[in-house]
Amino acid sequence: MFKGIYNWVDERLDITPIWRDVADHEVPEHVNPAHHFSAFVYCFGGLTFFITVIQILSGMFLTMYYVPDIINAYGSVEYLQTKVAFGQIVRGMHHWGASLVIVMMFLHTLRVFFTGSYKAPREMNWVVGMLIFFVMIGLGLTGYLLPWDNKAYFATRVTLQIADSIPVVGPYLKELMQGGQIVGAETLTRFFAVHVFFLPAVLLLLLVGHFIMIRRQGISGPL
Amino acid sequence: MAHGDKSNEKVVFVGDSRVRKGKGFIVPPDYTAYPGKSEAFIPNFLLKEWMVGVVVLVGFLALTIAEPAPLGYPANPNANIIPMPDWYFLFLYQFLKLPYASGQYVAFGILGVPGVAFLSLLLAPFLDKGKERRFYRRPVASSLMILSLISLFYLTNVSWTHYQNELKATGQVPEHIQREEEAREKRAKGLPTSSAIQQKEIAIVDKEDTAMETFKKAGCVACHAADLKGAAGPSLRGVGDKHNKDEIMKIIKEGYEGKMPPQYDNMIAQGITDKEIDHLADWLSKQKAAK
Ligand code: HEC
Ligand code: HEM
Repeated sequence: MFKGIYNWVDERLDITPIWRDVADHEVPEHVNPAHHFSAFVYCFGGLTFFITVIQILSGMFLTMYYVPDIINAYGSVEYLQTKVAFGQIVRGMHHWGASLVIVMMFLHTLRVFFTGSYKAPREMNWVVGMLIFFVMIGLGLTGYLLPWDNKAYFATRVTLQIADSIPVVGPYLKELMQGGQIVGAETLTRFFAVHVFFLPAVLLLLLVGHFIMIRRQGISGPL
Repeated sequence: MAHGDKSNEKVVFVGDSRVRKGKGFIVPPDYTAYPGKSEAFIPNFLLKEWMVGVVVLVGFLALTIAEPAPLGYPANPNANIIPMPDWYFLFLYQFLKLPYASGQYVAFGILGVPGVAFLSLLLAPFLDKGKERRFYRRPVASSLMILSLISLFYLTNVSWTHYQNELKATGQVPEHIQREEEAREKRAKGLPTSSAIQQKEIAIVDKEDTAMETFKKAGCVACHAADLKGAAGPSLRGVGDKHNKDEIMKIIKEGYEGKMPPQYDNMIAQGITDKEIDHLADWLSKQKAAK
């Protein structure tokens, strides 16, 4: 029956080439750990994506309880952590996942660097990868404030001080991020919006670019 | 593909567009060119990867159960804690404390080293343009990277040990540990464990008292509302914390700050006795917020 439905849609939309283009390709021997164990270094990109998916899913569940205002933010996180069924696990996944995704991304970057895979024709994909790196760092930075506990508050104050000391643009950058004279209500809502809407949107766009380029250029050959 | 190349034509377009198909594109290598055992991505390879992924996922879930995500006390600008960014920023945090990267040199500290480092990382393919890919044949690029990695680990470690020593010197315990211990103690005593700032609603003391009737009859409700939460006038819940009985008596007789007219004569006209008024003032003075 599924085949019938598939064929019906395929006749009208010609969807076969679309998924074939994404999914139907060969994995060469030199990146397959089943053949050469050392090829596990080629798995870090996939693992980064895996953890990113976990981040997005757990983040979506967190927003069901999280309240982005300075009076209720802490309380909502505490409630989620201590009262909601599986809340501790969901928040734990998002919290530890945020660190794990950085580790995975770091290892992936080192693999690409030390195998010289950023060389022609893959320069653009390296640049996109570095942009993803910065977006991820930005997600970590903005997410850190959201629980609105002392650790979050003081770390953000220091971060904004550092931003402030950048020559020329610093003070403007600080004011833009802080949304006022102090780290307060406005800062929290800004960080929340950036963390939950702006950066994930940019991240998804960059990831699409990353994957399209990988498919067009194929993975780099053996050394 | 839906639109095949008609290779006998002079000008070939990309798909059904008007874009001419050039010869420039670097065609990805065909892996049949590499002798070896390549394998289909879907489903063969992805299934194996998924099996590894499941093991990772289970380990990860075990971690989240064994080690709950930390949470300290609600943000308080006057709290005395040692500010610490997340671990992956520590190297930068520590770097910016170095003498030649802080104070009057802070511009150099930010743009000079991390700025240049990240920019060259971003532009690495355009700086290291040789064809050689093996890292041991690219001494400059590789040694720069290894050097950066060493300083990364070094700075992170310095920052972390410094934090540990500071904690010891000031006798502080990280707040998330404090909070967890406090919650454990409270739970053992059967108390609520929350550390969130409570915005408690102040309750009416002695709601059933006859003074409530007087309050309504005298028309105070018109401005202070039947639930005492206030309308044109302010809320009178917890007013006993602000005024004692005599002051309230004076407010009733003389009005308040010119914004509340005197009520006494009007009340007497309504047939309310002095005793009832006295009792009302007494009752209001007992409206204190529960501690
Ligand atoms: C015409 C509206 C009005 C009526 C009727 C009225 N009040 Fe008031 N009342 C006010 C306003 C307005 C204020 C606040 C004055 C200010 O803030 O300076 C006030 C303040 C008070 C305060 C001091 C509250 C504070 O927070 O300092 C008391 C006590 C009080 N009223 C008691 C009464 C009682 C008892 C009655 C009934 C006998 C009554 N009021 C009737 C308008 C009214
Ligand atoms: C992929 C990258 C992401 C990273 C690296 C990341 C990182 C973080 C970090 C470090 C925190 C602080 C958590 C804590 O200390 O407990 C956080 C919190 C949060 N994140 Fe994300 N996040 C990502 C994606 C998302 C997405 C896609 C969403 C939602 C659509 C989201 C929603 C939230 C919410 C609501 C919180 C606050 C809850 C809490 O602090 O426990 N995140 N994130």
